[in-house]
Amino acid sequence: MIVELSYLIAASLFILGLRRLSSPATARSGNLLGAAGMLLAVLATLVHQDILSYSWILVGIFLGSAAGAVLARTVKMTAMPQMVGILNGFGGGASTLVAASEYLRTPTGRPVDVSVSIALSVLIGAVTFSGSMVAAGKLQELITGRAVTYPLQKTGNALLFLGILALGGYLLGSSFHPGWLMLLTVLCLLLGVLLVIPIGGADMPVVISLLNSYSGLAGATTGFALHNNALIISGALVGASGIILTRIMCKAMNRSLANVIFGAFGARPVAVAGATADGRVARDITVEDAAVLLGYARSVIVVPGYGMAVSQAQHNVRELADLLEARGVDVKYAIHPVAGRMPGHMNVLLAEANVPYPKLYEMERVNPEFERTDVALVIGANDVVNPAARSNPASPIYGMPILDVDRARSVVVMKRSMNPGFAGIDNELFYQDNTRMLFGDARDSLGKLAVALKAM
Amino acid sequence: MPEALLVSIYVFVLALFVGVEVITKVPQILHTPLMSGSNAISGITIVGALLIAGRVESPLSVVLGVFAVVQAMINVVGGFLVTDRMLQMFKKKQDGGPA
Repeated sequence: MIVELSYLIAASLFILGLRRLSSPATARSGNLLGAAGMLLAVLATLVHQDILSYSWILVGIFLGSAAGAVLARTVKMTAMPQMVGILNGFGGGASTLVAASEYLRTPTGRPVDVSVSIALSVLIGAVTFSGSMVAAGKLQELITGRAVTYPLQKTGNALLFLGILALGGYLLGSSFHPGWLMLLTVLCLLLGVLLVIPIGGADMPVVISLLNSYSGLAGATTGFALHNNALIISGALVGASGIILTRIMCKAMNRSLANVIFGAFGARPVAVAGATADGRVARDITVEDAAVLLGYARSVIVVPGYGMAVSQAQHNVRELADLLEARGVDVKYAIHPVAGRMPGHMNVLLAEANVPYPKLYEMERVNPEFERTDVALVIGANDVVNPAARSNPASPIYGMPILDVDRARSVVVMKRSMNPGFAGIDNELFYQDNTRMLFGDARDSLGKLAVALKAM
Repeated sequence: MPEALLVSIYVFVLALFVGVEVITKVPQILHTPLMSGSNAISGITIVGALLIAGRVESPLSVVLGVFAVVQAMINVVGGFLVTDRMLQMFKKKQDGGPA
């Protein structure tokens, strides 16, 4: 009874904690509330009468906490997508193991609904585990970030999925077969790998969100198997959160979830029909000229993209913005929802560089500002500022909401080279009359810009 | 349908609605901490893992249980700590010092 009530309090704390995430000012306390809820749930479970021995539990708690703490302390902010992927994976893995143990514990007399919950838990948990690890590997570039495709890929995956369903059904109907359960787990792990492999690196924000949702659902199904409401409520919360983020990401790319998962976007560079670079030349600009342009502007909007994360340039961006603000320039930051490799990635990097959050503008809020802005400074962003998304129906990204950078009086694009972005699409922005290219590593160029500005 | 299952389904569906209500109010700027924080919450599976590791029914169940506890604890501790690390960086005004 006390244990059950503690679970209820824990679940309530989770909800209250998530509610405090509605503002950056209260968010940190919200996270603490969630952690307090978790602590309460763990303590309540430890006094459960079923627990006979604490020695192994303590070993597990110690190892897991130590590993988690080290990961959390040492991970770079730019590597946050991988980190979340790995954490997702472990959540799914834990659900699978708990469900499998529950199966082994009850060889006979297991009600049908518990059996179904166990099978679903194993399925979703294992797919989450292996899928998340592959996604993290792609993000860390241990595995190629390109979409990996081969003939009959979808057919093979569909057959595998049907096989898993059949085996799961057989397990439910038959008596006790631990060996088959193991086979089921292995097949589900394989399915997780095969489902994520054909998805390109630029689509990872969607994949990570979706796996986030799965890890919640895996927890909820485990809750059904154990008849534990704390797991069901928490799992439902996380499941809802992941689904909402997934939808936001898909909308921000103007693509359906099915297209992201099965579309193999970014498998090979796309040849775009219609107006592209034909005969047009992108004009470059020297660091000194760019410094003059920025230094004498009244307003500047910085548009960061994955390139900023790759070259770890967030601190240099802040430094440049400080210099500009000291000269009386108004500086804002425009954040596209899918800039980077996970939802909200850019905001975290800029916050790390000590940029005050009221200066971070969401797309809808900042787009009307561009036409009143002197300079838009694009740092390592490409597809999210490509005007073809508005104007060229033949473009693969047509219809995707973009930042209207091209409407600023002038645009400076910092980029390594003229290579197209992840989607492999040429960017019309680069050839506009009011656009100048500043080639080079973003961090390097920003440093030089700062020096030039100081000399002015 | 067994009554326990029915109650569980009630709880699940109602919690989904609560989740949607609460999560849609989280601004885009906090979406990364939302993911890592909600992730930590999904580590609630630790509850099930503890029971399995603590019941000591067979060597196999202990092994599975301990592995589950380790994974769930990484999820919980890593998730809450990294979320806290991110959230403490979000400041309204610049405080001068390097981050």
